[in-house]
Amino acid sequence: MHELSLCEGVLQILEEQSLQQGFGRVNTVWLEIGVLSGVEIEAMRFGFDVVIKGSIAEGARLEIIDIPGTAWCMQCMDTVAIRQRFDLCPQCGGYQLQVTGGEQMRIKELEVE
Amino acid sequence: MCTVCGCGQPENPSEVDPGHDHHHHHHDEDSHHYGQGPAHAHTPGLSQSRMIQIEQDILAKNNEYANANRRWFSEHGVLALNLVSSPGSGKTTLLTRTINDLTGQISMAVVEGDQQTANDAERIRATGVKAVQINTGKGCHLDGHMVGHALESLKPADGSVLFIENVGNLVCPAAFDLGEAHKVTVLSVTEGEDKPLKYPDMFHASDLMILNKVDLLPYVEFDVERCVEYARRVNPGIRVLQLSATTGEGVESWYQWIRATRQVVLIDHPELAVSA
Repeated sequence: MHELSLCEGVLQILEEQSLQQGFGRVNTVWLEIGVLSGVEIEAMRFGFDVVIKGSIAEGARLEIIDIPGTAWCMQCMDTVAIRQRFDLCPQCGGYQLQVTGGEQMRIKELEVE
Repeated sequence: MCTVCGCGQPENPSEVDPGHDHHHHHHDEDSHHYGQGPAHAHTPGLSQSRMIQIEQDILAKNNEYANANRRWFSEHGVLALNLVSSPGSGKTTLLTRTINDLTGQISMAVVEGDQQTANDAERIRATGVKAVQINTGKGCHLDGHMVGHALESLKPADGSVLFIENVGNLVCPAAFDLGEAHKVTVLSVTEGEDKPLKYPDMFHASDLMILNKVDLLPYVEFDVERCVEYARRVNPGIRVLQLSATTGEGVESWYQWIRATRQVVLIDHPELAVSA
């Protein structure tokens, strides 16, 4: 899907940070990717390798931290684990669920020099 | 403990084994990678490399542009609707009909997003309404930045309704906020009724689902009830309207929705509401 533009967004943040925090090279990037974010990890890795060419992050490693999906079940009044948006509540089988976690895609941290 | 790198082995090689001449084997042979161990423990200071906590949303940049757009819409009392669908669902047909029917009642403007051609913007301009075409080239969605630029040239009137017709794609536009008040998904009955389950992100992000081409229901296998049930599974709060942009059946409820939604935007702009 739009992983390439996401990777461009990552690179943009890296470049901004390099000016703010004074580093010239990025060796490793840790991304937190929620399972409900719609991001295809393999496509993300591919896109990352493409956009970092010739940048301050050339050759950098990409580490993905998977964030599980969670939702609030209005019937159970409880937080439950889900893998997809249309999953039923694993406890009561209802689908009155409000997604509470697993939608994020964030840069967590960087190893730089 | 080794005071050079902080590992558990002594600094002086002779204390443990004669081979420890500061080539600890706790790193990869030819690289230093911190944060790989349990709990991502880092040991800064050994090389020039260091760890930086960023905790930044990847879409932060887009969201900044989207928020700037949203501010602009709110200052000018503009209702912005982001129309999303797969290609061929009838978005442009619905728009041209809507514009023809509401001209004289509401001021409208259109941003057209397509990978190539200005065909859709020309179809819209034929109705007499201002339209800007954005060609995304290789891009599969509009983003906040593109829409911000489109606003500069389009300059929608205060109190108007801005329709943003996104690139025909049920996947990517879901993630990119444009600053709109509502995402509206158009789904035609010639598509599968299970689209809400196949593309849950889009239906989750939308406030309204328009089932288009209902005049074709007698000729296609499409279970409306099941489709609505699927949509509510991924988004319990989604509203559903059934209409045919070609025959005009059901479009009045869509216009009512637009009027009502616009009234909400105009609460902050009583001076514009008078003329409405």
